[in-house]
Amino acid sequence: MRQNFTYLDFVYYHMALIKFTSKGIYCAQGDFYIDPWKPVNYAVTTHGHSDHVKSGNKAYLCHELTKSILNHRLGPDLNIQTLPYHKQITINGVKLSLVPAGHVIGSAQIRLEYKGEICVISGDYKVEYDGITTQFEPVKCHTFVSESTFGLPIYKWQPQQEVFAQIKDWISGNRDKNKTSVLTAYSLGKAQRLMKGLEGYGDIYVHSSIANLNEGFLHSGVNLPETIRITPETRKEELQKGIVIVPPALSDGRWIKTLTSPATAVCSGWMQVRAGRRWQSADAGFALSDHADWPGLLSAIKATEAERVYITHGFTATFSKYLNEIGIESEEVKTQYGNEEEEEEKS
Amino acid sequence: MKRFAELIQQLETSNKTNDKIAALVDYFNEADDLDKPYVIAMFTGKRPKRPVSTALIKLWAVELSEIPEWLFTESYHNVGDLSETIALILPPPVQISDRKLHEWIKDLALLNGQDDTHKKAFIVNAWNSLETRERFIFNKLISGNFRIGVSNKMLVNALAKQSTIESSKIMHSIMGKWEPSDITYNDLIAGVHVNTDNSWPYPFCLAYALESEPASLGEPKEWQAEWKWDGIRGQIIKRNGELFIWSRGEELVTDQFPELHFLANELPDGTVLDGEILSVKEGKVQAFSILQQRLNRKTINKAQLNDAPVGFYTYDLLEHKGRDLREDPLATRRQLLEQTIQQLQTQDIVALSPIVIFSDWTSLAKLREGARELNSEGIMLKKLDSLYHSGRKRGDWWKWKINPYTVDTVMIYAQKGSGRRANFYTDYTFAVRDGDQLITVAKAYSGLTDAEIKEVDRFVKKNAVEKFGPVRTVKPELVFEIAFEGIAESKRHKAGLALRFPRIARWRKDKKADEINTLDDLRQLLQSTL
Repeated sequence: MRQNFTYLDFVYYHMALIKFTSKGIYCAQGDFYIDPWKPVNYAVTTHGHSDHVKSGNKAYLCHELTKSILNHRLGPDLNIQTLPYHKQITINGVKLSLVPAGHVIGSAQIRLEYKGEICVISGDYKVEYDGITTQFEPVKCHTFVSESTFGLPIYKWQPQQEVFAQIKDWISGNRDKNKTSVLTAYSLGKAQRLMKGLEGYGDIYVHSSIANLNEGFLHSGVNLPETIRITPETRKEELQKGIVIVPPALSDGRWIKTLTSPATAVCSGWMQVRAGRRWQSADAGFALSDHADWPGLLSAIKATEAERVYITHGFTATFSKYLNEIGIESEEVKTQYGNEEEEEEKS
Repeated sequence: MKRFAELIQQLETSNKTNDKIAALVDYFNEADDLDKPYVIAMFTGKRPKRPVSTALIKLWAVELSEIPEWLFTESYHNVGDLSETIALILPPPVQISDRKLHEWIKDLALLNGQDDTHKKAFIVNAWNSLETRERFIFNKLISGNFRIGVSNKMLVNALAKQSTIESSKIMHSIMGKWEPSDITYNDLIAGVHVNTDNSWPYPFCLAYALESEPASLGEPKEWQAEWKWDGIRGQIIKRNGELFIWSRGEELVTDQFPELHFLANELPDGTVLDGEILSVKEGKVQAFSILQQRLNRKTINKAQLNDAPVGFYTYDLLEHKGRDLREDPLATRRQLLEQTIQQLQTQDIVALSPIVIFSDWTSLAKLREGARELNSEGIMLKKLDSLYHSGRKRGDWWKWKINPYTVDTVMIYAQKGSGRRANFYTDYTFAVRDGDQLITVAKAYSGLTDAEIKEVDRFVKKNAVEKFGPVRTVKPELVFEIAFEGIAESKRHKAGLALRFPRIARWRKDKKADEINTLDDLRQLLQSTL
């Protein structure tokens, strides 16, 4: 994947614990891949979003809360090994453990250690604690792989209490006008976060794709706010009084139009910018993200004290150039991550 | 300022006209009375003098946010708006100010003539006391350029609803001469500064596009055919010695077209003409692009009057000797119109839009093919016994446009849009083949659905050569059919020719890049139209 090798690159390439290959991030010493996008023998999985885990791998290793997601999304008969956070296993001499990434329930950074060399692949992460996902923990390492979804200084999130206060205002305004509040959110992650943030503010009705994931979490012992699954029998008057959460695939669909004066809102980091808000055909946009913002990315990277930082999916070129300018050796890497939206299942 | 920021957010989050009008009505019910005239001035494009240059504003924002300038520029390309980029990039405010909108505007005006140190201190202090949303508004106040998707008509409708004064009266009032610092809101919309009695326009009668063959319309002798002109639909009113020119957008544009002011002396009182404002040189209607040089200008110089002289082709008479003619059949109105125009002393500037004589639909179809040579868009068909309807009514008036030219091209550059389209690659450059080379022939940024734009956007992101800046060179792979209205020689373009009104007709996913048209194809077309 990399071009213009220097001598130093050559040394890194042969000594480094991980390589970027056409199938994904590869650890040669342990002979496993992290979040591969092509089928491999052993896929270590950071989290359950479909751009980070594909079907067709012979074996999977993931956090114990991610298992039900993989079974739900990829099929029941998978060979899945699970780990709790911080428990170390050894694969051909490589010590491997999972560290909370704070992105969505079950999301993990992969910490690898071999002969004193430590490498952390963070997948997707956010640093703010959302009340439902185990909080991100920075790990000291030599090599850090970071996303850059919101790697521009225009992306600075407001504290989430403020965002939720705005969402609640919007919902209560809709109630005054007898409108049905419909929030679109990824089934995995944003949906549970909204449930938590809006808990007690009205009955929360969720689309079946969200309800299915929630059931998996409840089975695994996760504490989730109470929600009601939407079925063909659910009455429109109930939905109008409550709060409706659906996955993005449904946002333009016919179903929403059948509701009583629906008002739709998109909750996503892209809503930070006016153009992003107007681009959506929604009535409102709230900048609520499960990814780190600009200060979050910088603080996370600095906390690792890494000697070398690889930047994947997002504003890779810009963010990497900036890191080099502030004295953090960095390089951008092309991966196939970062298409959560288009990959979101249409169920 | 908070209430105004709230209004702007409401206006931006809805694309339904009714919601926007409701938000405006609420605002004018609740806002500070002194703020209101300033808001109306802003929305109707009355711009105060810019107190600080864009370059300085940007410089100070970069300095304050402690980021390198290139990173600011990259951010700007992803936001698509300088005021907003600055609002987002600055560190959080250190205090909160609750100053009113008109107070900020007045203070900004006072900055004119002060030195940069003073200006900087004021601006930086303002930034430090406003939250992101209000900072954005503040930056827009500096630039004076507030395009927010509120047309004059929408604003006027909202004001009419809020005040229960008739909307055309309000339109006339706010188009008049006034200063937001010198007039109260109530006086402004009541129009105490203007005489509103003479200017009433009639709602325009509009035509539907003819989608079937004209034979379906029945007997040709029941129909009147005219050329369809590509200009600005206009209504010219002469009452009690005063002349008013209204555009189709129901804006008063009298001052923009001094060539037509002679009508104040020559039209009898109580006359209302309907027709097309066009650029006409030596009796020939010019392309719309010529007329465009004359539109939306506050002042018009001699060169513009020379290069793009304006005329009026009239096709209907709505008021005659003070009598409303709209209930009379077209044939009667046309007769009176012809008399009225013949009585003008100044000839040629205002002319009758000619009637196209035809005996059967086939011969009319042939005549229509020649429309382009007259810079006409096709044929208008109006029923001879039709009344002058308000707005669009199916059946009596039809526009029968000629089909555009098309060419298959490949996309070679993509650029991020601005405003609503920022953050996505929406502006494309297209090329045709010339031997081994690809030669740019058109730029276009409309004609795709949002879903298609997102698909192209993903392609661009995957296949881009450059990493920084707004433009991306992409693999020549995506084929688009470009529709255009005309073709002309051009020394400015490498291709040696330029397309008129190019836009994307459709994405040809069924075609590969080696199946696109060649430059020779376009040259042949050019030769055939000369």
